[in-house]
Amino acid sequence: MNLATIAIILGGLTIGSALMVILSKHPVRSVLYLVLTFFLITANYVLMNAQFIAIVNIIVYAGAIMVLFLFVLMLLNLRKENEPKTPLVGKVAAALAGGSLLIVFVAAIKDSVMLTEAVVGDNQQGLVQNLGHLLFTKYVLPFEVSSILFIAAMVGAVLLAKRESQILE
Amino acid sequence: MILSTIFESGLSIHFYLFLSTILFVIGVVGVMIRRNAIVLLMCIELMLNAVNLLLVAFSTYYGKGDAQVFVFFIMVVAAAEATVGLSILVMAYRNARSIDVSIFNKLKG
Repeated sequence: MNLATIAIILGGLTIGSALMVILSKHPVRSVLYLVLTFFLITANYVLMNAQFIAIVNIIVYAGAIMVLFLFVLMLLNLRKENEPKTPLVGKVAAALAGGSLLIVFVAAIKDSVMLTEAVVGDNQQGLVQNLGHLLFTKYVLPFEVSSILFIAAMVGAVLLAKRESQILE
Repeated sequence: MILSTIFESGLSIHFYLFLSTILFVIGVVGVMIRRNAIVLLMCIELMLNAVNLLLVAFSTYYGKGDAQVFVFFIMVVAAAEATVGLSILVMAYRNARSIDVSIFNKLKG
């Protein structure tokens, strides 16, 4: 069993669990399938030897963001009967629109030719050492700007979650 | 340790092009067929992850690390977006007792 076979199996599993995210009725199930999808995507990263991205994907996405989603979902205490439903016409229209989008994308990329050949050899650009060097030399300004974005998001989230009377005091 | 690329084992870059396209379209369809606002945010995360997967695939294909730095920044933006989006949802739920996206119709003047 070579790497290509593993990649194809992983791809199929990823698509299947992504479909379950949008098809399962209960939102908690959707969250759990999304966590599964993220782990499968992480497996794809490991296959491509993108070690730093694989670890960050598990920590940030499957760890932090999905726990946040699950936390909010359980905080709101939704019931199955309150789950909003889309009419059948809307579902059919959405499926048709999505299918058309897929056809357009596939038609656009199926004949594409890559300009250069794949780089063969040791594939080490995904290691922490090389990415860290790139991040703190070439991309150091976007890195610092993203910290400002984080502070803005943090202050915004705290401010939004408070009640108006608490803010005015 | 796997240090050889996956593309040496007979897989073309088109596999990842199609895989991430399909994942992206699943996210788009999810935004259209679901009314639950939290699931909508999750579908947006799915679309972002499809793009991340494609960026990492091209990074491996061309042997350059820059795309993986971009993936890192996409994750930063996704984390910020999820935080602010969820706090807006909590506030909307507090006012309307529902997370159906159609409650936002009431924002019309």
